[in-house]
Amino acid sequence: MFSWDLLRDAVVLGMLLGCFYAAVSVGLSISFGLLDVPQVAHPAFLVLASYGVYLLNDLYDLDPLIAGFLLTPVFFLLGLVTYRLYYETFERRGSEAGVRGIAFFFGVAFIIEVLIILWFGVDQRSVTAHYIGKAWRFGGLRIPLRQLVAFGVAIALTGLLSIYLSQTFMGRAIRAVVQDEEGLRLMGANPVKIKQFAFGIATAVLGIAGALLIIVAPVEPTLDRVYIGRTFCVVVMAGLGSITGTLVAAIILGVAETIVLTLFGASWAPAVSFAMLLGILAVRPQGLLGR
Amino acid sequence: MDRRTLLGGAMAVAALGMTSASRADEPPIRIGMSMPQTGGLAAGGKASLLGIEIWRDDVNARGGLLGRKVELVVYDDKSSASETPAIYAKLLDVDKVDLLFAPYATVPTAPIMPLVKQRGMLLMGNFSFQVNSKIHHDMWFNNAPWGPADAWARGFLGLGQKAGGKTVAMLSADQEFAQNLITTARDVAKKMDLSVVFDQTYPPSTAEFSSIIRALNAAKPDIVYVASYPPDSAAILRAVNEIGVGDNVKIFGGAMVGLQFAGVMENLGSLLNGVVNYNSWLPEPSMYFDGTKAFFETYSKRAVEAKVDPLGYYLPPYGFAMGQLIEQAVTATKSLDQKTLAKYLREHVHKTIVGSIEFAEDGEWKETATLEAQFRGVKDKNLDQFRSSGKQVILFPERLKTGELITPFEAARN
Repeated sequence: MFSWDLLRDAVVLGMLLGCFYAAVSVGLSISFGLLDVPQVAHPAFLVLASYGVYLLNDLYDLDPLIAGFLLTPVFFLLGLVTYRLYYETFERRGSEAGVRGIAFFFGVAFIIEVLIILWFGVDQRSVTAHYIGKAWRFGGLRIPLRQLVAFGVAIALTGLLSIYLSQTFMGRAIRAVVQDEEGLRLMGANPVKIKQFAFGIATAVLGIAGALLIIVAPVEPTLDRVYIGRTFCVVVMAGLGSITGTLVAAIILGVAETIVLTLFGASWAPAVSFAMLLGILAVRPQGLLGR
Repeated sequence: MDRRTLLGGAMAVAALGMTSASRADEPPIRIGMSMPQTGGLAAGGKASLLGIEIWRDDVNARGGLLGRKVELVVYDDKSSASETPAIYAKLLDVDKVDLLFAPYATVPTAPIMPLVKQRGMLLMGNFSFQVNSKIHHDMWFNNAPWGPADAWARGFLGLGQKAGGKTVAMLSADQEFAQNLITTARDVAKKMDLSVVFDQTYPPSTAEFSSIIRALNAAKPDIVYVASYPPDSAAILRAVNEIGVGDNVKIFGGAMVGLQFAGVMENLGSLLNGVVNYNSWLPEPSMYFDGTKAFFETYSKRAVEAKVDPLGYYLPPYGFAMGQLIEQAVTATKSLDQKTLAKYLREHVHKTIVGSIEFAEDGEWKETATLEAQFRGVKDKNLDQFRSSGKQVILFPERLKTGELITPFEAARN
């Protein structure tokens, strides 16, 4: 069934969904895209952040977004510790050991999942906020407010990260360590500390992304499995390490998924996402905005 | 009392003591099962297991079965169909259990059916749907109120048709349980002359349902039949609340798994109002049988420490009833022989805390007790409200009915 109204709605809802995908993927764009760390535990940290937001919302009635902001320093420290552990046990022993680090992060993901089950049980959790469950009407179009909130926060988050990485001293240092680690070392800088700091930022961002995750839909301990393919798809399609590319790729993915869901049938949606990834990589192996 | 009487009494007591001692020395009766304790089905699996454990403790406190203690051998199947065949092979070959209970849900149960049939074992089903329809195992007894395959869809679509519905939209998750249900619903809709105007299956990884609900809305159905799994059910209802399904919808719901669980109900709160959904037990006057009240008193205490569903309406009483079924068969036949037990279960009516159960040839209940109930007057963030009657009014089946359908859906939501 086709109608222009349906197509218009699909594009708008797809853009909103895409921005949400960008917010949950942008941390991975730094850790995996820029730093080359096989961070497969990224979605598990994301879900952990959602549970943190749930706790603050449930105990202190804090707005989920504020709770997410409060969690960012905690997740920054968590990122520092995780990277140091990964570096000491794998990366320091050479590139092959680094690849074997995938096993390390899978282990971390499983531990996080089990800890969530032990602390919170296996039930779904969700948060309350005045913008959840309501919609804005624009003519015939109804837009869920929670999606608009996710859209706004995602745009702000990717914008700020992009500015940070290109305009600040530390941001440039992070980009430098990616381009020439040895050169940086010869200049007297400690590349490991810079990478550790960058990994901390990538994990800190998950505090806010976790808030968006639980705002958009209820969470349960194994939800990370749903997001692992999607987040890596966005980051690779964007071009490794490109923050702007992450936003563009996520919006393309969101719009494509929504158009397929609305007009062609939900069964095709995952196939279309990954077909797009393969198509884009065939034309531009470096990704949409990769160099 | 003379000396002879006293001596006789002492001898009798000693003999009884010896008998008890010899029984206590006998190995326990071992019941093996896998149960989802992690993964997507864990919420149900853990609650179901607690119901079974309450029965085990109850029967052991009464002396066990055939004078032997009952022991459960349980493994976590991680909600995965790929785990269960190896677990059940281990239960039979290594643990050498005496009896088998199936794991909760269709997906983990389906792959063990050929193994169980091949080994000639009796299997007590645990809320799976139509897993024996192609295997035809004659020692399968499904401990679930579904009844005949088409009863579920017939109950919901019948309510919609009675309310004046002529067109149906069907939305289902792409997994075995939901697909079994939706396939039956398509057949039932055809037989009832209902026209299907929207029929979509969504993959389990679907994160956002706004666009699907928008497309459903555009089809302008009178009846919306949804067969969804726990993570999706809540997301679908949120999207329905935000996007809307249209004023012409007379009835919405049907087969949404998850809306039976306390955590989900508490989280969704007033978003549940108006939805007509299936259930297996509800605190309505027609649902109390011998032992039901006592079971829930025990369950609500133990659920807190076990960190499982604090209400436990959906699966736990059936877990207890599954034990009652086996207890009645073993006690009546004084045997653990699989065929003997199966014959007894097939030929008798069994009184349990979820009502009287009689099995049909295919191992399903002869008569459906799948409830279709409408959420009414539900408020936000209040779990205790679901403990009282009137929050989920039973509309189907007729013999358990406690109210009439409020329609259209939009009117019922307010």
